[in-house]
Amino acid sequence: MKSAVIVFPGSNCDRDAHDAIERVTGEKPAMVWHQESDLPEGTEFVMIPGGFSYGDYLRCGAMASRSAILPAVVAHAATGAPVLGVCNGFQILTESGLLPGALMRNAGLTFVCEKAPLKIDNGNTRFTSRYGSTSELIIPIAHHDGNYFADAETLDRIEGEGQVVFRYGNNPNGSQRDIAGVMNEQGNVLGMMPHPERAVDEKHGGTDGLALFESLLGSA
Amino acid sequence: MKAKIHVYLKPGVLDPQGAAVAGALHNMGYEEVTAARQGKLIELDLTGDDADAAKARVDEMCQKLLSNPVIESYSIEIA
Amino acid sequence: MTQYADGITAEIVAEHGINDEEYAIILDRLGRAPNMVELGIFSVMWSEHCSYKSSRAHLGKFPTSGEKVIQGPGENAGVIDIGDGQAAIFKMESHNHPSYIEPYQGAATGVGGILRDVFTMGARPVALLNALRFGAPDHEKTQHLVGGVVAGIGGYGNCVGVPTVGGETNFHEGYNGNILVNAMAVGLADADKIFYARGAEPGQPIVYVGSKTGRDGIHGATMASAEFDDESEEKRPTVQVGDPFVEKKLIEACLELMATDAIAAIQDMGAAGLTSSSVEMADKGGIGIKLIMDDVPQREENMSTYEMMLSESQERMLVIMKPGREDVAKAIFEKWELDVAVIGETTDTGRMVLEHKGEIVCDIPVAPLADDAPKYERPYFAPEVRAQINAKDVAQPSHMGEVLLKLMSSPNMASKAWIWRQYDRHVMADTAASSEDPSDAAIVRVHGTNKALAITADCTPRYCYADPFEGGKQAVAEAWRNLTATGADPIAITDCLNFGNPEREEIMGQFVGCVEGMAQACAALNFPVVSGNVSLYNETNGVAIPPTPAVGGVGLIPDMDKRAGFGCMTEGHILMVVGKTTGAMGASTYLRVIEGREEGGAPLVHLDLEKTNGNFVRGQIRAGRISACHDLSDGGLACAAADMALASDTGIKLAHDADSDVPMHGFLFGEDQARYLLAAKKDDAIAIIQDAKAEDIDIQVVGLAGGTAVSVNGAHHLELDRLRAAWEGWLPELMEPAAEAAE
Repeated sequence: MKSAVIVFPGSNCDRDAHDAIERVTGEKPAMVWHQESDLPEGTEFVMIPGGFSYGDYLRCGAMASRSAILPAVVAHAATGAPVLGVCNGFQILTESGLLPGALMRNAGLTFVCEKAPLKIDNGNTRFTSRYGSTSELIIPIAHHDGNYFADAETLDRIEGEGQVVFRYGNNPNGSQRDIAGVMNEQGNVLGMMPHPERAVDEKHGGTDGLALFESLLGSA
Repeated sequence: MKAKIHVYLKPGVLDPQGAAVAGALHNMGYEEVTAARQGKLIELDLTGDDADAAKARVDEMCQKLLSNPVIESYSIEIA
Repeated sequence: MTQYADGITAEIVAEHGINDEEYAIILDRLGRAPNMVELGIFSVMWSEHCSYKSSRAHLGKFPTSGEKVIQGPGENAGVIDIGDGQAAIFKMESHNHPSYIEPYQGAATGVGGILRDVFTMGARPVALLNALRFGAPDHEKTQHLVGGVVAGIGGYGNCVGVPTVGGETNFHEGYNGNILVNAMAVGLADADKIFYARGAEPGQPIVYVGSKTGRDGIHGATMASAEFDDESEEKRPTVQVGDPFVEKKLIEACLELMATDAIAAIQDMGAAGLTSSSVEMADKGGIGIKLIMDDVPQREENMSTYEMMLSESQERMLVIMKPGREDVAKAIFEKWELDVAVIGETTDTGRMVLEHKGEIVCDIPVAPLADDAPKYERPYFAPEVRAQINAKDVAQPSHMGEVLLKLMSSPNMASKAWIWRQYDRHVMADTAASSEDPSDAAIVRVHGTNKALAITADCTPRYCYADPFEGGKQAVAEAWRNLTATGADPIAITDCLNFGNPEREEIMGQFVGCVEGMAQACAALNFPVVSGNVSLYNETNGVAIPPTPAVGGVGLIPDMDKRAGFGCMTEGHILMVVGKTTGAMGASTYLRVIEGREEGGAPLVHLDLEKTNGNFVRGQIRAGRISACHDLSDGGLACAAADMALASDTGIKLAHDADSDVPMHGFLFGEDQARYLLAAKKDDAIAIIQDAKAEDIDIQVVGLAGGTAVSVNGAHHLELDRLRAAWEGWLPELMEPAAEAAE
């Protein structure tokens, strides 16, 4: 599977994303600089990694969502190909309008880094199909602004459409309805605060994130 | 010309930072404070002298970058 | 010769922290009176922070070389060989005064500064640690300072994308007026791609990269070298503000530049910014420098040379390039949207010449600024050695379980989860053990290999106060022990020596005692000092902090499949203590928390036993016999056992031999050194004991794993649930008002 990882000047999980993708797909992803305006020819899967893109000034992900590369990502998503945004990547996807809602300052006002228990809310997606009967995961989180917000009507709608993919077992940040990850209506764009790329290795963070990348293998 | 843009959370959006400010003021003895909302003030220096045109442009900037319509509203002052 | 140049008075000289004797030296070396720019430059370069004028005479006592040392003290950071052509680069540094005045920015810029020390040498930073000391928990400023410092460390490290993997936090009223914020950074590089401040030659361009220069932190270096008084808080504007986003870009841009061969020498701009970085490189290269101040990227208008040379604006570096290669730097830094400018060139004059608006505004020889700076042999006296206290001389409590509960929920022993939860510990995906994990040291894998660095930060200030020499030994020995307890080979240390006013003889005595004790331990354990920092004048209104020589130790785990933590004890495991228990209670946690007294001598550190016991434990870990291993330190055996029981979620039945000449509370809470608690399956335990006997190592079976409580001789029960609640609850309770306000 040909993959691309978008790199902003303040991305800091780009190497982790690269290594996780390579581990699962056996192919090194292309690292695409934010000032590019095209994805490499033949790209199937795009990942927007965590970090602080442009320092996260103004609002997290706001400036990144207006960067040169984003139109190419939006166009890629429109073809139905898979796009995954993790942490800052999730913030960028909501800011760009690819995903509903917004991510606000954590309710506790502090940065939270912990191994978070998650529940798979929708196991029948191209990001979760390989989890099989597993419904509970431990995936690390590390963020200051992961408090998911959308108005009640939107929340009802995305819940009804099965767009809520992950929920927190122990809401760490005040997210509405414990939401940790959502996808778009078409089911090809997923944003999540937890870091699956930090959970693909027994010696670091466990292996509960592996199946997410494996699910993509069959679907891209 | 200068544009002053106030960006604030929409009513009904929980504001943990504002709540913390209100709580702190309360703890300091300012019991008259019943609520606080925290926003941002952005100042822009602009060329040109047509205030109406400037306002329209700044409005566009607000919609495209300076505010997030999911959670925020804004107001513009041109001076 | 006139004594003062135009506009300069004796008062101005004094405000620059230069005494009469030092001023006379300046007059002599210049052959004339210094102007304001020159005075400012002498002032920062001769400050304690930059010149080590009170400490240099003693720092030479440290062993600083060894077969694994690639670079010892004197460069931006120390460098050690970790095999396979790779090197680890590390240093610890203080940011105490700025953090007290403005905790968020002070701590954040401390992290930024130490990161720059490491990546300046060509290393990618892979781990951050911090050693924090706050005042009494109930002191009016403590909660505010803890919240701000922790948020600042997290705010910077999390954004830059370097995991904060470990550290220690203490509370003691001795730090009420002077908190300590010591940050340590560790990086990795190829051993043949290390960059140094030395190596520049005449005729090479000097390139400024990073952020623009503003009026931040002017005279930070002299602030870090002066005592506090009640007006210090008015000096707030001198605290610099950090931008971790720029730092992140600077790391990537510098590493990209370092992949070329365009650099002759490189130095970050830390304390005293442009001044110290240019002087260091000139001094180490034995050359001169000329800077055109008009070309320095400036953030504010009408900045004077004095302001530019003394500014402590963050996220800046100075690079001396090979001639004709300036464009390489330009292309890379412009890509990362950072300022880059050629601001001068190296010369063969041995002088520092500054030109501004067409005039020479400074012309001074480099040597007196650096190596030839004043050096003092401050008088000192060693404090009286306190008598040892043994448990036999301390009243026996009635319920050991209740004592254990009280110890484990006391400020220095209680869980620090509230702190480390705010640090990204996992970014870079190589953290095998951090603060949250049951491990005596943080473990960070060397990317792409199966080996790992073990890293720890340690110091027991109450021992150093009771007996500087033994306390100094203990700080080094405990770091060595913490690395050993994970299965690592300890390699080298960095240090951060925090003390009061060295002009007071008893403080200088503490400093000399600690340094000599550390030096002895480093030599005995083959654990040299490769980098470090000295922070003096940590006093407010004449009250000094407890002597705090923080030690940052680094070791190597050659095979990650052969290591130990203390979370894998299961029911039926045999518990053993390696090392001799006598019931040493002087300066112990027990005396302080239970009896409210800080008395008695520090426990004696027998370095030969440290070495043999540690080597034995490491060998047993690598033989795969040990299921759980924890070093014994604060609170002795009982607290180590409690840690192990909580982490493993399994109780421990301790057994005290009533016929022993060590009373039960000495057995449980004594702080004899050179000891480890091991848990092993029965067969393994038998083998371990046999080996220990054969090697003449002290080993004692002390209990059995099982149940849901820690108990002693079938009594003194403390249920793990109750222990966990108290241990986890203390710090959130202290910080709670902030949480309440958020609701």
